[in-house]
Amino acid sequence: MLLLGPINVLNDLLLNVFSQETINFFIWPLIQIGLVVTLVALWVAYATYLERKISAFMQARLGPMRVGPWGLLQPIADGLKLLTKEDFIPEKADRWIFFFAPYIAVASAFIVFAVIPFGPDWAVIADVNIGLLLVLAVSSIGVLALILAGWSSNSKYALLGGLRSSAQMVSYEVAMGLSLIGALMFARTLSLSGIVAAQGSDSIWFLVYQPAGFLLFLISGIAENNRAPFDLPEAESELVAGFHTEYSGMRWSLFFMAEYAAMVVVASVATTVYLGGWYFPFVYRLEAAGYHNLYVLVSLLVFLVKTSIILYIYFWLRWTLPRFRYDQLMDIGWKWLIPSALINIVLSGFAIFVVQALDGWRGMRTIESLERGLNLTATGKGIMIGFGVAGLFLTAILLARINWRSRDFNLKTQRRNIKLVNLPQGKPAVQPGS
Amino acid sequence: MHQVEIATTQETLLDSPEMVLNMGPQHPSTHGVLRVVLKLDGETVIDLDCDIGYLHRGMEKIAENRMYTMIAPYWDRLDYIAAVSNGLVWVETVEQMMGLPVPPRAHYLRTILTELNRIASHLLWLATHALDIGAVTVLLWALREREEILKIFERQFGARLTCHAWRVGGMPNDAYDDFNKDVRQFVNNFPKRLEEYETVLSENRIWLSRTVGIGVISGEDAIAIGLSGPALRGSGVAWDVRKSRPYAAYADMDFDIPLGENGDTYDRYLVRLEEMRQSRRIIDQALEKLPDGPVNAKLPKIVKPPAGDYYHSIEGPKGEIGCYLVSDGTAQPWRVRVRPPSFINLQALKQMCVGHLVADVVAIIGTLDIVLGEIDR
Repeated sequence: MLLLGPINVLNDLLLNVFSQETINFFIWPLIQIGLVVTLVALWVAYATYLERKISAFMQARLGPMRVGPWGLLQPIADGLKLLTKEDFIPEKADRWIFFFAPYIAVASAFIVFAVIPFGPDWAVIADVNIGLLLVLAVSSIGVLALILAGWSSNSKYALLGGLRSSAQMVSYEVAMGLSLIGALMFARTLSLSGIVAAQGSDSIWFLVYQPAGFLLFLISGIAENNRAPFDLPEAESELVAGFHTEYSGMRWSLFFMAEYAAMVVVASVATTVYLGGWYFPFVYRLEAAGYHNLYVLVSLLVFLVKTSIILYIYFWLRWTLPRFRYDQLMDIGWKWLIPSALINIVLSGFAIFVVQALDGWRGMRTIESLERGLNLTATGKGIMIGFGVAGLFLTAILLARINWRSRDFNLKTQRRNIKLVNLPQGKPAVQPGS
Repeated sequence: MHQVEIATTQETLLDSPEMVLNMGPQHPSTHGVLRVVLKLDGETVIDLDCDIGYLHRGMEKIAENRMYTMIAPYWDRLDYIAAVSNGLVWVETVEQMMGLPVPPRAHYLRTILTELNRIASHLLWLATHALDIGAVTVLLWALREREEILKIFERQFGARLTCHAWRVGGMPNDAYDDFNKDVRQFVNNFPKRLEEYETVLSENRIWLSRTVGIGVISGEDAIAIGLSGPALRGSGVAWDVRKSRPYAAYADMDFDIPLGENGDTYDRYLVRLEEMRQSRRIIDQALEKLPDGPVNAKLPKIVKPPAGDYYHSIEGPKGEIGCYLVSDGTAQPWRVRVRPPSFINLQALKQMCVGHLVADVVAIIGTLDIVLGEIDR
């Protein structure tokens, strides 16, 4: 059909050299990896373009306009510029660590793409049954790169940036993991394809069941990526450039790529877990009509669009909000996000318990049957949604209780109005018209 | 340059609990070439020292070897974002020393243009202060409004930044043809734009948590240090040269002085925003009352104030900018001494910063609204 022809020809060609097994387990994955890395790199490059355009739009500017039509070739020009720049290593730097830190950053950001299901069928590279765990584990290696970069630069700004990033990413890692558990209780699998399938079979996005979880995941994801308003490790007005102060040229741009790739990862995971992955109403009809590859392609596009919407939220926040301070950031992580995530888990468990009890009383078996997703009845869905919405409010109330005495809690009431006084006039220094 | 004396207790980085961090002179948010040496415990500032002088030109000494009319451009380069206000100190000091009768139209135009300059300076402060705290978009919004003011300056004075706006005895030329229209248009548009900034910042939780209770200085301390301008009024001290010793046409204007309560960064932010509104009010009134007539007094061939000394000050955007002028009756001054508001306001930095975090140092430098051209002179 659309793609199978050339693929078969290639397969036959490869058969002359390798066995079919080698091709299946080695050559095809390599080709897939190459494709994904190229596409993700392009995506990352154009995410920078998008960010510049969106920020320009918010700031009454035009953004890049010179290179190509509407500045569309700007990312390529930037990449070329960075490649040709001097790769400077400070004299007192720890050379090897300084040398390798950017690669760790990029690798940890890119590896995650292996398990993300961009679409059905051939759009999944590896459907690992512990996919989500792998995502969390690998992306937390990224912090290592930041610490190493900060330490090996032998610069105080870089060191402070590295310290900040380690504390920040370690704390938010916890909140991020906990916020996902609610959705996992519904999906009952760690495989990302499985999570998508669970949402597909029930034709409902987990966003509806888990609004609080989605918000928590997004917030801690933004913090995990060191993006504004949590961009403390690279806060340019305080720490010059934070952990990558001493980096230049391509090595610097690797950090930059890693940051954007990590953003895309979080956006993809959010899409997969909460926004129904590649599913979109009526797209399945293409499959039913026999256009399999077209179906996969359209699903891929749906996935990209959903991810881009989340990326847009990233950009939107970055260009709107001021930056948190280090201690406030820790407060939010430990005193707000982690308790909320725990409350969310308890509530989700309770919701599932209620639905199971209700269905059991009516003589049905739902949720326990894993093969076909949740299979909730309409009542069950209603209860879940009710709990989800109630969870939002309940979390807010409980958090308010916990943080009532916190200095930062009642800030809005601290908004003051200034006095206006009309001072008596003194003796003029000069008479008008004197 | 003096040696900055902050020593760590131990030599190596690992052993010592304290770390000395050099902020500047090449740092994105020290607003120029200010060098702040911070002694940190973790990220908490336990001591700091400012090292200034990277931009020293010896302007006061240069002035001793120039004719009175030739000194004015040097004043523009003190606080280069408020060149119009700075120029006014010098010409008014000379005029008052000589007893020159400046025509009322010149006084009114001076009022309008210095108030425009105050708005421009406060806008740049808002832009950079917000940028320091991380709100990048406000920067470009505020610069957009500032651009409109600079356009008016460009048409009026022929330059945007260092305008050389005034001449002893009046103005280089009358207001340009569309002056009233342009200023009126700005005055009408401005409140709406200011509202926009308020929606982004004033009630923003992050902005509040970054500014409320940061860099607190009490009214007594502020007076003891000699703070002036918004930095003083943010602490609740009612002092404004425009009211206490009116110059130009301020005696005819009806305006209020905004006062803060707590003397923290947030109060100073509110005070400056309100000052922009009051400036707009002043411009509005001055435009209404703008008299006709000449803009220049009759001057002698050579400007020669009588022997003696004189001090005059005005309320610049950063605070009270003053000029102490000693004349020996010749065509060149014997001594010119500037009272630079930024220099004196900077003295409060240590008191405000100690105990706060590194991120707050940046916010506090921003809230003091310093300009290094004026500090180093």
